[in-house]
Amino acid sequence: MIQLIAFWLFAVMVIASAAMVIFARNPVHSVMWLILAFFNAAGLMLLAGAEFIAMLLVIVYVGAVAVLFLFVVMMLNIDFAELRAGFVRYLPLGALVAIILAAELVVAVFAWSAGQIDLASRVAPMTADKSNIQQIGELLYTRYIFLFEAAGIILLVAMIGAIVLTHRQRGGVRTQNIAAQVRRRSEEATRLVDPGVGQGVEL
Amino acid sequence: MISVGHYLAVSAVLFTLGVLGIFINRKNIIVILMAVELILLAVNINLVAFSAALGDLVGQVFAMFVLTVAAGEAAIGLAILVIYFRGRGTIAVDDANRMKG
Repeated sequence: MIQLIAFWLFAVMVIASAAMVIFARNPVHSVMWLILAFFNAAGLMLLAGAEFIAMLLVIVYVGAVAVLFLFVVMMLNIDFAELRAGFVRYLPLGALVAIILAAELVVAVFAWSAGQIDLASRVAPMTADKSNIQQIGELLYTRYIFLFEAAGIILLVAMIGAIVLTHRQRGGVRTQNIAAQVRRRSEEATRLVDPGVGQGVEL
Repeated sequence: MISVGHYLAVSAVLFTLGVLGIFINRKNIIVILMAVELILLAVNINLVAFSAALGDLVGQVFAMFVLTVAAGEAAIGLAILVIYFRGRGTIAVDDANRMKG
């Protein structure tokens, strides 16, 4: 019973905040609603028994992706009122596409629950004696190790790509050259002179 | 009790909202990227729901990879957005026709 109440709470909240994400006037508010949607989706996954994915959702989506969105929204100086133009004009077409898509999804769900499609046997059945995280870890580091490494490469490429795209070399800025400083020796840096009286020093 | 159908319904509504968000915020790339994140979240809920209903862990492993790709996509997309804004001073999608593709 308490599970059902929690499910409806999370479900209603995730859908309401998702609606607020796309209808909010200010993109900063959109990001805030997105964070709420992610938290509630994590709650839904917790109810389904997927603790690891739920925590990952909070850490990756809320901790990294949403904060990244927030930084970009606040960094760019954009006239958001201008971007809202055409909102009402696109609404009928968008609503039409959304209704068609929802109808298709309903049809797909009923086709599945009618039992006409046979599901294959389980690839990695869950066991009750181990925790969710332990089971995922054992699966991830054995059978899916290459996929796991590919995911790491994807993240590396994304990181390098983001740095290369946004990095800007400023001209005319005098920066510290540590290698030149370390390379410098006392023989080439100082000179001992013994000038006669009234002759001065040549620099 | 909570069945897989409940999760599928939530996920379907979330997916539809994401697609609707892409359509109605046609000018604002930031909100379009957020809508794409919502769509990926709906897919993840689907994967986890089926994983729990069928007692098969592969769905959760796959949801993790979807999460990875979503994070990378957000990073690259926002980086492109930043350099686009730097060059043009606007992020309106309608103006993105320099290459006339």
